[in-house]
Amino acid sequence: MSSAGNTWRGPPRAGRALPWALVTPALGWTLLFFVLPFIAMGFSSLTAHEGGGFTLVNYSQFFTNPSYWQAMVNSLQVTAIVTVVSVLLAYPFAWILAEQVPERWQRLALMLAVLPFWTSYVVRSYSWLLVLAQNGVINRVLTGSGLTSEPLQLANTRLATVTGFVHFFVMLLTLTIFANLKQLSPSYRKAAADLGAGPVRTFLHVVLPLTLPGIMVGAFLTFVLCIGDYITPQILGGNNELLMPQLVMMQIGRRGDFPLASALSIILMAVVSIAYLACARWLKIERA
Amino acid sequence: MSIKSAAGNPLSVLKRHLHAACAATALLLAAGSLAEAADLNALIWCDHSDPALLQPFEEANNVKVNVKEFEGTGAGLAIVEQSQPGDWDVMVIDSIDVPRGVEKGLFEPLPEDKLPFADLFPQVKMDGSTVVGGKRYGITEKFGYNTIGFNKTKVDPADMQSLASLTSDKYKGKVAIYDYYLPVIGMAALAIGKKTADLTEADLPALKEELLKMKANAKLVGEVTASQTALATGEVDILVGGGEWVTAGLAKENPALDFSIPKEGAVLWSQSLAMFKDSKNKDMALKFIQYILSPEGQARLATSSCYWGMPSNTKAALTDDQKKILRFDEQPGFLARAQSYPAPNAELDKKMQDMWTEMLQAK
Repeated sequence: MSSAGNTWRGPPRAGRALPWALVTPALGWTLLFFVLPFIAMGFSSLTAHEGGGFTLVNYSQFFTNPSYWQAMVNSLQVTAIVTVVSVLLAYPFAWILAEQVPERWQRLALMLAVLPFWTSYVVRSYSWLLVLAQNGVINRVLTGSGLTSEPLQLANTRLATVTGFVHFFVMLLTLTIFANLKQLSPSYRKAAADLGAGPVRTFLHVVLPLTLPGIMVGAFLTFVLCIGDYITPQILGGNNELLMPQLVMMQIGRRGDFPLASALSIILMAVVSIAYLACARWLKIERA
Repeated sequence: MSIKSAAGNPLSVLKRHLHAACAATALLLAAGSLAEAADLNALIWCDHSDPALLQPFEEANNVKVNVKEFEGTGAGLAIVEQSQPGDWDVMVIDSIDVPRGVEKGLFEPLPEDKLPFADLFPQVKMDGSTVVGGKRYGITEKFGYNTIGFNKTKVDPADMQSLASLTSDKYKGKVAIYDYYLPVIGMAALAIGKKTADLTEADLPALKEELLKMKANAKLVGEVTASQTALATGEVDILVGGGEWVTAGLAKENPALDFSIPKEGAVLWSQSLAMFKDSKNKDMALKFIQYILSPEGQARLATSSCYWGMPSNTKAALTDDQKKILRFDEQPGFLARAQSYPAPNAELDKKMQDMWTEMLQAK
């Protein structure tokens, strides 16, 4: 903004410093707990386990060893299944919570939704193991009711890993989608109805597209937390297939091969970054 | 890795500084401010964190034992590498890995005349590993076997006298494998008639074939808790690699659990105590080692709530019931058939771990 003889030079110096002062703690936090450790991990991944020195061997191992590569494939498959199943289950939950549950009960319902987070992650995984075990609740019901003659192999499978993950992430996704649904102005639906759209059409053409950002954010969170999780596949998967976090831990246990563990972690982080970029780009295109 | 060769390497220098910074944070978080109370700082396995073991020592010597648990020698040595000299006083380590610590210049020789070496089972002294350059750096405190753990009401105990049963169709889907590659590779070696001490790279194909056969029969490959849970809950009836460390602790709740030392033998595991060269409290560290090796300390360590195992001291003050559960009287016969952990060099170790990874990924 300018006018003859009176050029606007922006806010005074003190005013310009304020945004930086406000953002500095967050920047410092990110620098200390993300950037520096990431640089350390990057350097570590470029050193040899025996003898030190610069090397790319830790990365080449990942691309040349089929069982390492398979760990990434397994991780991506499990993460994709968990994310899709969680979204499909969470959306109706969130919708019921936002649209069907009376306002005065919503607070209680939300508390119930976060209740599983109060239990230790390890305890919950072991609880699932007991539920899915050969002598567990499900198999007892199945064999007791005559639906199956022999107990089914439920524990120590990919199904068990996915079940454990979905139990955890459905609630997380429900909360993010619920928040999105609550922000949606009722006037959109009224406008759609005025224009002759039925409930299904209104949902498909108005509500769903407008809540997609919430779904995408929740799905991305699920993706990140799931692909980096060690505990659930370790306890519920029975090590019958390795996922990336387990492979990383294997390098550390006896051999203390931190360079290889760092390289595998960097690769894992690269995959997460690609997922984020795809997600961000998709949202940008949608909004445009 | 030679310290000298790494000294001038910028990556190594940076790595050391970063490790030091991380270590400072980790120590504060993990040991709960060592600076405040650091009377005796011990890097240990979970069996040493049992209050029933530590309390008598703490009360008798008016000290606080700060413990930090770790799993696997690599992780333990990494903690030491990232610590300041003098941060730690004693360490529990696989007996076969004592030379790794000595090579890094970490350990102090132990005074043999002040420790009850004469009372130890001779076969578990492991002089080949615990004595380096004529000096003793580790003393075996607990041992046992990676062998076959089983539920005797579900399997034929006679079958458990042969490792061949582990790959037989009779027990398909009834087996769990303990998730530690060295002892199970040792068991695979025994199954194909190889000595664990003589394994070379040339043996890997045959070992891999045996491991894959075991995997084909297995329902799961689990770490300590998962393996124990699987056997205890009836998810599986046999645990490959599970010995008294699995069955003894559960004996009261489930007396049907047992272990065998099959005709081909079993793999002897052995854990040692070592003292740090840079310890600031060597007198107390020695007292701690003496306590752990004493008849009382040995009994408490052997029956620790984390896992049971044989005490290395023949005079351990165990009750008759505890001795029965540990099959104390049968040890001479067991030891005669036991072979040591495979102790591969770094290159072979890496190949063995990769082979293990392949086995885990096999369908």
